Amino acid sequence: MVDISYYILLSAVLFTIGAMGVLVRRNPLIIFMSVELMLNAANLAFVSFASMHGSLDGQIFVFFVMTVAAAEVAVGLALIVQIFKSRHSINVDEMNSLKG
Amino acid sequence: MSIDLILFLILAVVALATALGMLLSKHAVYSALFLVLNFATIAVFYLLLGAPFIAISQVTVYAGAIMVLFLFVIMLLGSEVLAPSKVLRGQRWAAFGLAVVLVAETVYLLVSRHAAVGVIARPDAFLNTMDSLREIGTALFTQYLLPFEVTSILLLVAMVGAIVLTKQEKGGQK
Repeated sequence: MVDISYYILLSAVLFTIGAMGVLVRRNPLIIFMSVELMLNAANLAFVSFASMHGSLDGQIFVFFVMTVAAAEVAVGLALIVQIFKSRHSINVDEMNSLKG
Repeated sequence: MSIDLILFLILAVVALATALGMLLSKHAVYSALFLVLNFATIAVFYLLLGAPFIAISQVTVYAGAIMVLFLFVIMLLGSEVLAPSKVLRGQRWAAFGLAVVLVAETVYLLVSRHAAVGVIARPDAFLNTMDSLREIGTALFTQYLLPFEVTSILLLVAMVGAIVLTKQEKGGQK
């Protein structure tokens, strides 16, 4: 018997660590991984609420989130590879071509 | 202190430590491996919560497919360690402050509102049999049929997009 607030708290802290990764790191691959961590934190909250209510809807939503994350990673990594090919660097600080 | 709570606390410590390891390692490959461990820990959480299908999906899709793709790209680009560049002044501390604010707000809401009160019972025997899988399959193909089909189209579009993005141009302009 675990109180659900523990799970929500863990999910919130994991989400925050992911958000910090997005803000602090300069490597786009690690920024991507942090986004995945945030998605996982949200999934954990979904599954714990589904478990509390005894319904399957939350689990099915997590399934959809996973497929969307897989699609996002495939396209995002292809974009990073293309950026590396054209600029020979993937530091996000140097991706300022649109800056006036 | 029940056995469930002890299990939860051990796993929570591992999950937080691996997430922080992902955030703090300088080497991108170490970050990816920390994240694999984190995903495996979250899969065990799903098992504790009585969601075996999601747990196995987590291991195969996240810890398997997605992280292998990440490791491939990290090694392909040789971007394990980026050279330090000029960062915005005070950005790290601003990010840390904002993170503390986010956690504090969440804790405050959890403590003050009592909105999500409930206990998670130990998953009963039903959830660890084929019956829960059967129920998920039935729900996916009846109630959630349209989202399921839309997801398949989304995966197709992502696949085509990834191929088009990384395709070599004919004539070798680059």
